[in-house]
Amino acid sequence: MSARDRILGRLRAAGPQAAGMTDLERRIDAHFDARRAEAPAAADVLARRMQAALQAVRAQAWCARAGEWPAQLARRLSEAGVSRILVDAVSAEGRALRAALPAGVEALAFERPLEEWKAELFGTVDAGFTVARSGIAATGTLVLAPDAATPRTVSLVPPLHIALVYAHTLHADLHQALHAERWQDGMPANLVLATGPSKTSDIQQTLAFGAHGPRWTWVVIVTDAKEPV
Amino acid sequence: MTTSPLQFVPPQDFHARSRAALDDPQLRQSFRGAMTFLQDKRRSQFGDEDELQRLRDLGEAVRKNALAQLPALLERLEATLTAAGAKVHWAATPEEANAIIHGIATDRGARRIVKGKSMASEEIELNHYLEQRGVACLESDMGEYIVQLAGEKPSHIVMPAIHKTRADIGALFTEHIPGTEYTEDVDQLIQTGRRTLRNAFVEADIGLSGVNFAAADTGTLWLVENEGNGRLSTTVPDVHIAIMGIEKVVEKLEHIVPLATLLTRSATGQAITTYFNLISGPRRAGELDGPRELHLVLLDNGRTQAYTDEELRSTLQCIRCGACMNHCPVYGRIGGHAYGTTYPGPIGAILSPHLLGLESTADLATASSLCGACGDVCPVRIPIPQLLVRLRTEANRNPDAEVAHPLRGQGAKYSRGERLVWRFWSGAFARPGVYRLFRWAATRLRVLAPNEQLGWTKYRTPLKPAPRSLADLLRDKGQL
Repeated sequence: MSARDRILGRLRAAGPQAAGMTDLERRIDAHFDARRAEAPAAADVLARRMQAALQAVRAQAWCARAGEWPAQLARRLSEAGVSRILVDAVSAEGRALRAALPAGVEALAFERPLEEWKAELFGTVDAGFTVARSGIAATGTLVLAPDAATPRTVSLVPPLHIALVYAHTLHADLHQALHAERWQDGMPANLVLATGPSKTSDIQQTLAFGAHGPRWTWVVIVTDAKEPV
Repeated sequence: MTTSPLQFVPPQDFHARSRAALDDPQLRQSFRGAMTFLQDKRRSQFGDEDELQRLRDLGEAVRKNALAQLPALLERLEATLTAAGAKVHWAATPEEANAIIHGIATDRGARRIVKGKSMASEEIELNHYLEQRGVACLESDMGEYIVQLAGEKPSHIVMPAIHKTRADIGALFTEHIPGTEYTEDVDQLIQTGRRTLRNAFVEADIGLSGVNFAAADTGTLWLVENEGNGRLSTTVPDVHIAIMGIEKVVEKLEHIVPLATLLTRSATGQAITTYFNLISGPRRAGELDGPRELHLVLLDNGRTQAYTDEELRSTLQCIRCGACMNHCPVYGRIGGHAYGTTYPGPIGAILSPHLLGLESTADLATASSLCGACGDVCPVRIPIPQLLVRLRTEANRNPDAEVAHPLRGQGAKYSRGERLVWRFWSGAFARPGVYRLFRWAATRLRVLAPNEQLGWTKYRTPLKPAPRSLADLLRDKGQL
């Protein structure tokens, strides 16, 4: 008898299986809906809340208008001494950033499978640029759905992670994000909720930033753009 | 191969290790500081008592709902993950789980495994098993890495190196990492750890991780972490093996929302951790990174025993936040290693007997004053004190007694002598004549009370009957 049969057999032998609770989703929704109703928020309030929450976890976050962020980012990158940045050449945002980068900052596209250039990615890339699918204002969380142009390691391996998030995509909390985006209808192979730079308190409960993931996180919250076409 | 996993410290030596821990002032200071810190952090997250209680209701409901239909949910999880291209394995015992993982490594000629945090892998002694067979396992969680360097085991399920001071860790790094100068600066220590482990992610053939929650409907593994080592372990190597206890599945992805917030706030007092890493399959066509193979190992290891009994089943509601140990006055004084089990503290005391049998773990349930703090803070309302009492009962039950759901090691602490004393006592109590005689004898012969009274006098002054019984005293006052 296989381990699978033995385990399932033992569980089923424990007695007739009860049906699931029928009102569980309603109870969960009621709880989180009521919490949100206490502090309803328009997009600009969510943007400010997002910014504050990000700053609380030591991310640099600022609000910018659609036309101005590429130049702002380019300047900051120069000042930070970034020389190689992973930025896609496919999305409108990626192209806008590439166009604004000064001569000293090399834009790199993720074009080869990871296994062909692992050591290079770990050793030579200073920053990675991603456009977040959305954000969660309550906690300053970026919802990252990696794709072919911007794979998972872009927000993970380089020491600096830069994310752009549109204010109109911000959700109040995780519960709202999951439902508004209908996660239950289909998940990407990897969906990442990232909140600030990596950190640890594993040594004597002392908080230290820059554990294994990015050491620094910059987030641009674009406030005036409408739903992209 | 069916070698038993090595038990590094036998849990049955609990009393001796507790004594040693109590006599170690540095250890006690480490734990006292850590407990206060973690309690304060948690409290700061639950300012709204009403919200906390309602969330706990939801957390309990989600877990009970999942356990009520556990076999069906496991099959559904298997089906959704398999459809996504993952491979699901089932292991009834630690030996089977180890053999499955070793088999995957052997088939791919893998020599190096980098690990994200996984208590299930600690439970099966995976590192030891694989290293004996020539496969290197490197822990990448900072706390786990420190503990591995020191040749120890975690003393806390969330903060593995909680027993170590920064001076300990500075010395450890100087000794084991070439070219490292001694420092007690935590930022520098963490950067040393980061630099040292970075290459491990590049070179590893396999990444291994635990799982915090699994959703049956979407086939999603939900991993919670702060350091990014979990994401690196599950993203960079070509193969990802996840291992989880069978109880971790829930019915729907949306059910995890209340559990996730309860977990991070209860465990480390964070509104959210740096990463929630949601994995729903291996790398898809067109993607340029992520593991090309995803394996999930479903581990029983005694969980089905707890499941069979309705009362003990609630043990499986646990989401491994560690709040029970953070608030336990016993754990806070003796630390995690004294328990000798993978899971220490109150949750360890109620879970370990199912994993290891009562023979070696019966003492753990007695390591409690039944103050109830663990039950009060449990985010999914496991009645831990009630279960501690139940396990004491099972340990003292006659080994030959037939019960509906016998536990492995039933009657491990059964004593005929003790049983006889209780029988005499209940007999005397039920017969006034016998009781009066006993009272008369006990008060008159009190000088004969021995100074050594078995376990009682180990920590307490000897019991001596009073010169006159309560009934006599009341009679003198005319109140009887």
